[in-house]
Amino acid sequence: MPKTRIALPDSIDHLSILDEHGKIDTDLEPTIENSLLLRLHRTMLLARRFDERLLSLQRQGRIGTFPPIAGQEAAHLGAVAPLRASDWVVPAFREMAADLWRGRSLESIVIYNNGFNEGGRIPAERNDMPISVPVGSQILHAVGIAWGMKYRATDDVAMTFFGDGATSQGDFHEGLNFAGVFQLPVVLVCQNNQWAISIPRSKQTRSQTLAQKAFAYGIPGIQVDGNDILAVYVAAREAVERARSGGGATLIECVTYRMAVHTTADDPKRYRPDAEVEEWRRKDPLTRFQGYLAAKGLLTVDNVKAEEEAIAAEIQTAVARAEEEMKALGDPLLMFEHAYAEMPEYLSEQRADFIRFMHATQKEGDHA
Amino acid sequence: MPKMTMVQALNLALRQEMARDESVIVLGEDVGVDGGVFRVTDGLIETFGERRVVDTPLAESAIAGMSIGMAVYGLKPVCEMQFDGFSYYTMHQIEAHASRLRLRSQGRHHVPMVLRAPYGGGVRALEHHSESREAFWAHIPGLKMVIPSSPRNARALLVSAIRDPDPVIFYEPKAVYRAFREEVPEEEETLPIGRSQRVREGRDLTLIAYGAMMRPTLEAAEELKRQHGVEAEVIDLLTISPLDDSLLVESARKTGRVAVVHEAPRSFGPGAEVVARLVEKAFYHLEAPVARVTGYDVVIPLFSREKYYLPGVARIVDAARSLLSAQ
Repeated sequence: MPKTRIALPDSIDHLSILDEHGKIDTDLEPTIENSLLLRLHRTMLLARRFDERLLSLQRQGRIGTFPPIAGQEAAHLGAVAPLRASDWVVPAFREMAADLWRGRSLESIVIYNNGFNEGGRIPAERNDMPISVPVGSQILHAVGIAWGMKYRATDDVAMTFFGDGATSQGDFHEGLNFAGVFQLPVVLVCQNNQWAISIPRSKQTRSQTLAQKAFAYGIPGIQVDGNDILAVYVAAREAVERARSGGGATLIECVTYRMAVHTTADDPKRYRPDAEVEEWRRKDPLTRFQGYLAAKGLLTVDNVKAEEEAIAAEIQTAVARAEEEMKALGDPLLMFEHAYAEMPEYLSEQRADFIRFMHATQKEGDHA
Repeated sequence: MPKMTMVQALNLALRQEMARDESVIVLGEDVGVDGGVFRVTDGLIETFGERRVVDTPLAESAIAGMSIGMAVYGLKPVCEMQFDGFSYYTMHQIEAHASRLRLRSQGRHHVPMVLRAPYGGGVRALEHHSESREAFWAHIPGLKMVIPSSPRNARALLVSAIRDPDPVIFYEPKAVYRAFREEVPEEEETLPIGRSQRVREGRDLTLIAYGAMMRPTLEAAEELKRQHGVEAEVIDLLTISPLDDSLLVESARKTGRVAVVHEAPRSFGPGAEVVARLVEKAFYHLEAPVARVTGYDVVIPLFSREKYYLPGVARIVDAARSLLSAQ
């Protein structure tokens, strides 16, 4: 027969467990320990309130431009919750809730967003990578880390984050291809928040879903309701277990929404209707999760109030501590640190000349 | 003449060239509906439509590669990189193809594209939003690398870049985008690519700069005159490559003392090429080693320390005074 048909997947799973009306699919509902559920809730609430606080700090000029996360908390936390400490997270730049879950301090986020490189410091006990701004580029690093895990025969897993825009980049396709070819323990989590600055998801690709791109590279792909923390968790847990047990990579598309600006330098009113934002507000991942926990009897109005107060205090303390820490970061000579393991001689000379110049101008300043 | 910011002047250049020549196409990330993140392409989609103002998917290499194809086919693509920090994705397409197709096809094909990118520090931005990597491009034979310094010369040079038969990398100093206004004529104005300009006459020393560094350099020249009675000549390179050294050499022969200023890191930066040209062509007229006032050889720090990295008036004056004291 000259013309035959090759059987390929012609459909893709979409997973939703807790819908926007609070309705739960009890067949799919995962068994998660209450303590884990409550920890996830606390981090989600903390991330939401901290995001709001960062926005007000930015408006007051106390930090610089930053990318808010509001609306995407479930798609962050559901993904990282099945990981263990020895796994690696390779973030993009809008995964603050995941960062907090993985142990990043509030202080470091304030310091980083206020323009100090020191805010990017990863403590020795954490494996995770710092944020990566060039869109999609970090996907390949996760693939390389996963290659190392396979080489060292650990059962650790690398998880990387990226957005819908990143799926247009060559690095995304190359990353998926390598992950498939080498059968690597990597979980690729796409935060499809519908907008790459002003470009809607529909103009990013003609594909009906982003998850289906996995098929072309021979790895499993699944689309989940990204505002449903239970669905994200179930998909991520399955992908992590697959990776851990030698089953290779998985692409997870979390369908979510960027409720706020791309960054604080952006004005979304130029390109998207308020009605769309309002529509997504009704799908809020936080209130949905709170409703679920309340129905299970794990959360009461009083609980939430107490949690809110504790979080407000925690944020206040962290911001104050960060602002105190930043006073010690005033030394401009810190800019010469971390260029190389060992400073080359010509750079030492530049550093010495900088010191000479600073002293000279300070002295003149005193006279003036 | 209306007074414009550099953003408005660049917009005028694009608007007029698009009206004049229907082969001019603007493409890039967020250049259409959003008008560009810095608003350089503001309103173009309303005037010229989606057919000529193209919001692309997020893929810099694809934007550059597609621009090469469009240009070879006879269009004049003006593609935008949102920040120079994301333009390195295009390096392969530009180095391997845009700069070489004239040679490879032995003159049959050429690539009249413009790649615009905001560059440089000083706007409290995130990582990858403040670099000054013009040397990358200037090092590639077959490319032109242009950096304006004011609204008026930005407009005139962009028009020239669009009309140029060869690929032009056009770096826009984002610190200057809205820093000041200047009179820009409504009627057509061009400036030759590959020509520097003397913007201040002086006999005691020569300051060479370009882009965002022109303002501190000119201020330094004023301060040298005011505080120290020194007359500095100031030259604006405008084109980094092909580098026009005629004015530099002439000025160096006159003053014998030269400093070159840029915010790019020092080693292998454009200043090194300037020094080499002066050594080659004005060596016996130099009274002191040519000074480089530049960024340091580190990644530009995040914004809280940026001001220490970027050359400012005080560092330029400091360098000028040591040049003058050299015997």
